[in-house]
Amino acid sequence: MSRFLRHRLFWPAVILAALLLLNLVFTDHFFSVEIKDGHLYGSLVDIVRFGAPLILVALGMTLVIATGGIDLSVGSVVAISGALACLRISDLGDQNSTGGVLGAVVLALALSLVLGAWNGFLVAGIGIQPIIATLILMVAGRGLAQLVTDGQIITVNSSPYKLIGGGYWLTLPFGIIIVAAVLALTAFLTRRLALGLLIESVGGNAEASRLAGISARGVLMMVYAFCGLCAGVAGLMISSNVSSADGNNAGLWIELDAILAVVIGGTPLAGGRFSLSGTVLGALIIQTLTTTIYSIGVPPETTLLFKALVVTIVCLLQSPAFREKVFHRRGRPTSARPAAEEKATVTA
Amino acid sequence: MAVPAPILRMNGIGKQFPGVKALDGVDFRLLPGEVHALMGENGAGKSTLIKVLTGVYDIDAGEIELEGRRVAFSSPLAAQQAGISTVYQEVNLCTNLSVAENIFIGREPRRLGRIQWTTMRRRAAEILARLDLYIDVSAPLASYSLAIQQMVAIARAVDVDAKVLILDEPTSSLDAGEVAQLFRVMRRLKDQGIAILFVSHFLDQIYEISDRMTVLRNGKLVGEYLTRELGQVDLIGKMIGRELADLESLEGRPLARQSAPLVEAADLGRAGSVRPFTLTIHEGEVVGLAGLLGSGRTEVARLLFGADHAGSGSVKIGGEPVSLRTPRAAVRRKLAFCSENRRAEGLIPDLTVRENLVLALQAARGWTRPIPRRRQDELADKYIAALNIRPADPDQLIRNLSGGNQQKVLLARWLIMEPRLLILDEPTRGIDVGAKAEIQRLVAELSDGGMAVLFISAELEEVLRLSHKVGVLRDRRLVAELDNDEGLTTDTLTETIASGARS
Repeated sequence: MSRFLRHRLFWPAVILAALLLLNLVFTDHFFSVEIKDGHLYGSLVDIVRFGAPLILVALGMTLVIATGGIDLSVGSVVAISGALACLRISDLGDQNSTGGVLGAVVLALALSLVLGAWNGFLVAGIGIQPIIATLILMVAGRGLAQLVTDGQIITVNSSPYKLIGGGYWLTLPFGIIIVAAVLALTAFLTRRLALGLLIESVGGNAEASRLAGISARGVLMMVYAFCGLCAGVAGLMISSNVSSADGNNAGLWIELDAILAVVIGGTPLAGGRFSLSGTVLGALIIQTLTTTIYSIGVPPETTLLFKALVVTIVCLLQSPAFREKVFHRRGRPTSARPAAEEKATVTA
Repeated sequence: MAVPAPILRMNGIGKQFPGVKALDGVDFRLLPGEVHALMGENGAGKSTLIKVLTGVYDIDAGEIELEGRRVAFSSPLAAQQAGISTVYQEVNLCTNLSVAENIFIGREPRRLGRIQWTTMRRRAAEILARLDLYIDVSAPLASYSLAIQQMVAIARAVDVDAKVLILDEPTSSLDAGEVAQLFRVMRRLKDQGIAILFVSHFLDQIYEISDRMTVLRNGKLVGEYLTRELGQVDLIGKMIGRELADLESLEGRPLARQSAPLVEAADLGRAGSVRPFTLTIHEGEVVGLAGLLGSGRTEVARLLFGADHAGSGSVKIGGEPVSLRTPRAAVRRKLAFCSENRRAEGLIPDLTVRENLVLALQAARGWTRPIPRRRQDELADKYIAALNIRPADPDQLIRNLSGGNQQKVLLARWLIMEPRLLILDEPTRGIDVGAKAEIQRLVAELSDGGMAVLFISAELEEVLRLSHKVGVLRDRRLVAELDNDEGLTTDTLTETIASGARS
């Protein structure tokens, strides 16, 4: 039981469960899931579906943070990717041509990969601090997205493109399938292949890793490029969902939510050990929180404050030092027990 | 010369850390107007003594008297207010502030709460003039050399009515001219009656500036000597704990080898790190590197492994010229390097024993070719058993292991690679006697198996027991290369370290 309590995902799981239960109080049938017209419907499904872009961005962010870095530019990459895809599709003679949409998607993802690699180059190749290096693209990227859309909101009417963010496949929302696929791919690369070990090693002790013969530069390049790619997929999803590209607002502040999701998931900002499942849990908490704010009717002008409060509580509960201080009884016995045992053996 | 009453007297100082007796009944005194060198090998207790004196640590036993009054400092600030000022190796000033601001930081001359800049600058210039230093005190500190910065730190230290000035390795980053300038300042302060406690690893400097010296070894006092009465050879003998007369030729000396050269370094060097050296390591040969701490032993190892870029010279491996620009390139050439700095340059503390073990192998294979879990377990089990790593749990986090066991894991990390040259920098430092013997035996076995080893150690006995050939470093220069034959003893080795050439 205590082992269960000490599991690093215990507290995030408790918070998520509490938020969901809170919703149940305010909304009847919150937990009900049904199939209508061969599509899966329900509040829980919506949480995952709307949370999908955040989960994607947060997955990429997890690996970047595990190396001890950070990527502030993901929001801009989200905007650029969506803008480029919509621009290409709007130029198509037939917006419903699957081949044309596929081409646009591949092009947008390739650009996202290049943008991520650019971050990697600045961090690993030139040696700029990650927060500054990615700040460049965070600011410049918005401009780039505006450039692509010519300052307008590009609207498309393409049913193949709509599938990515708003469609269904095998009764499941397509976004959930994409998230599952990316999650599986990330888990495969990091846990089945050895990328995870190298990332954790570079994040845990960069100099020791270098002396052990690890090419930290290569690892960093790969991680930032992957993070860019994840943001690109998320960008497609967001723009597809609304069938338009808004260079100004798409993915705005998503980097902050993603960083938050990673931290709530138990990956330390200093780098080292990372947890993909923790990140998914963290992203789900943030999305559930957003849903909760609407369902329990928090006044709109206080939503940000409410969100901040809950996040603060989650982060405090995550901190062992804080738990020790507040729950005195839980902290004390572990430290007092050895002494008590010693006494017992003496008297025996 | 009559000995004046000591300004500072420490009697029977004891300091205990968990598991270690850092200081044990040490007596120490400082006379006014002298430069007193505190000598000892790494870990002898020099810095602990200084920290006890300046109030960083409490003492467990003994007493400290300053000007005949018994004192106990609760903090470095209290010590400073009582007249004991310290200047550390790393200048801890604010380089972005002006010289005058640095000297008066926290005690600026004020009137009605406003800082009087003119007074401050004038007084700063006066203080520096007393040290024969005439510079623009309103310029930022960063615009001056390290030596000047060092002296500004000293000026600040003595201006707060210092009676005792502690200089901890002040010369380690200074060039010869700057050292001379620093010594002029020290002599001037000495003439003003300030007692100076001086710590340095450079013996020549100790002999140039100090009047007396106190030698520590393993936390115990060896003795207090007048510098002019204690020769360099005797001093080193006292520091490393062997009376020269007692030294005997060691048994079980490794047999000389006739084999092909493996690594040939020619004029390999790096400015500010180690002067160009030429060293050849043969296959299956153990080459020891001896020298005091800071003599350039580690720097030689790092250049050979490509951990630092060489500024000059070339390396051949197996007769073929190679460029070792990164550790990765060196690993590909089957070199391996165990750093002396386990924590900063070896361990990945958050990873398990198994992950730390396979790290170098995995790095060499690349991330797309993971080592199968079963193979990892085999390797972990094999090396945990072979090197007797405790606890024998491959999934334990490595930071939970003791120093000796961590060292063995790092050793195993490289043994898995089956290197042709294994560079071991202080592999036995800070580990217990049992682990030490195991590592020594392992080195001998590896060499018998044909692996070349570059063995760096501060313990001369260990170097002699294992090496076929010993390179001696002094003041960042490879001064001698000695065959380990009957003529070589810790005695002659000590002499070489002290004098710079075999007599």
